[in-house]
Amino acid sequence: MAERVGIVAVAQTKYSPDRADAHEGELAYEAIKQVLDETGLKYGHDGESIDSAVTCSQDFWDGRTIANLNVNPYVGAHLSHEVKVAEDGVNAVYVAMAEVMGGHHKASIVVAHAKESMTSFRLAENAGLDAIWLRQLGLDNWSAAALQAKRYMHKYGITPEQCAQVVVKNRKNAKNNPFAQEPMDLTVEDVLGSPIVSTPLRQLDFKPHSDGAVAMILCGETLAKKITPKPIWILGASNCYETHYLGDRDLAEADALIKAAAKAYKMAGISDPGKELDLAEISEPVSYQELLWMEGLGFCGRGEGGRFIETGTTQMGGKIPVNPSGGTLAGNPDGVAGMARVAEAVLQLRNEAGARQVPGAKVALAHGVTGVCGQLQAVMILGNS
Amino acid sequence: MQIQDRVEQVDDLDRYVYHGRIDIPNSYSAGTVGSHFLTELRDKKIFLGMKCEKCNVVYVPPRSTCKYCFAKMDDSWVEVADKGTLLTYTVNFAPTAAQPAESPIIYGIVQLDGATTGFVHMLGEVDLEDLRIGMRLQAVFKPERDASILAVKYFKPLK
Repeated sequence: MAERVGIVAVAQTKYSPDRADAHEGELAYEAIKQVLDETGLKYGHDGESIDSAVTCSQDFWDGRTIANLNVNPYVGAHLSHEVKVAEDGVNAVYVAMAEVMGGHHKASIVVAHAKESMTSFRLAENAGLDAIWLRQLGLDNWSAAALQAKRYMHKYGITPEQCAQVVVKNRKNAKNNPFAQEPMDLTVEDVLGSPIVSTPLRQLDFKPHSDGAVAMILCGETLAKKITPKPIWILGASNCYETHYLGDRDLAEADALIKAAAKAYKMAGISDPGKELDLAEISEPVSYQELLWMEGLGFCGRGEGGRFIETGTTQMGGKIPVNPSGGTLAGNPDGVAGMARVAEAVLQLRNEAGARQVPGAKVALAHGVTGVCGQLQAVMILGNS
Repeated sequence: MQIQDRVEQVDDLDRYVYHGRIDIPNSYSAGTVGSHFLTELRDKKIFLGMKCEKCNVVYVPPRSTCKYCFAKMDDSWVEVADKGTLLTYTVNFAPTAAQPAESPIIYGIVQLDGATTGFVHMLGEVDLEDLRIGMRLQAVFKPERDASILAVKYFKPLK
């Protein structure tokens, strides 16, 4: 039986709209140094040191075909092992978990970085679409998200007000998160009064562009308990892909997430997520997605996301707070966002989340998403006992 | 490859930023199935789908394998209509240099009659206030066409 895998340290940079002062490696190092200092671990192959690095970055976001180029010198990948994941950060944590669980590596450092300020972001998103069937139409993730929002809202009667409530809640929660980029006191009217981008979505329905990095260290149970009195265990992890072509899917449904969640819940022994989870950190680069993803995660039934947020269940102090950190909407870079969700879940389970702490949190869910309209869905369940 | 480069001192803090541009031509193959669809679209103004007989799914645009049973479909071509029903749409007021039409550009997913899947394209000749999911649409072809998705100019309301 493989050892359990624990996360022994996490660190985030403050998220910022433009870190022109730092290159990617320096930015990543701000988070890397913290986890090295906290654990006292060194890079090496003596069985009690970091012998693997998993980096997470997107080439197009960095404007080069090797986005990890400037980060690798900072993760001990000099004459050592490194794997790059070019998806959401939850998948990077998954890869490190598998490396350690398999016994091939003893301790793995995972680092996600992105500086969205480095590129013309929507043009890069457009270039990420299939060249024959989608790219030439000029679509990007914003206009594609608008197609999904319209379909979802039409099919289930989700209102713009319900979507706006996600923005209001998360931007407010972000006020308690020292790493958050754009905490704001907003009203539903503020969101609905912001400039229209692509109907039915407005400027405040989208996350702001963001620069930032996250780092964490994973190792097996024996080593983890030597390093920290508060290791956080990965209880379940899974991901699921949807078809890329938008016309192939019912965009009003989160079918890939339903499957990813089912596998992660099974691994973690969770049968009723709404009751057994103490909180969830959900990646929602666009407002309506938190509602749709909550349906996929089984917090409510299909089409019930809008009515569910109105109950207050997901507010701080509610039965299952969603995005105490302020989520992706308060500003996280693409790819880094899911790993920020894992880091925030770890802080909660270590009782180190400060003003955003969910009292007595024991089991938390972190969710990541990559690709157009939630094409890749990743779910991780974490616990502290 | 053209590189437009410029080094700019952002402020007095010695923060130097290199404004580069990667301009690399690429060639993307549509594949045998995609090429047949696109040439028929250009030459005959018809939409061809690929049918998985086992799963009873008609894919438009076509592909060579069924995503449900993973069977190779090869040449189970079926012609579908140039008319269909609007599944979703958006009016985009935030243009980028990648967009092939004037802003605001209307994107829609149209289920062509006879197809199982939706076809992603643009809408035109329509008042914004008349847009609604479920409306009937008809393809409008460009007079001069190449074998690309843009051989179709857009979909307009079916009178």
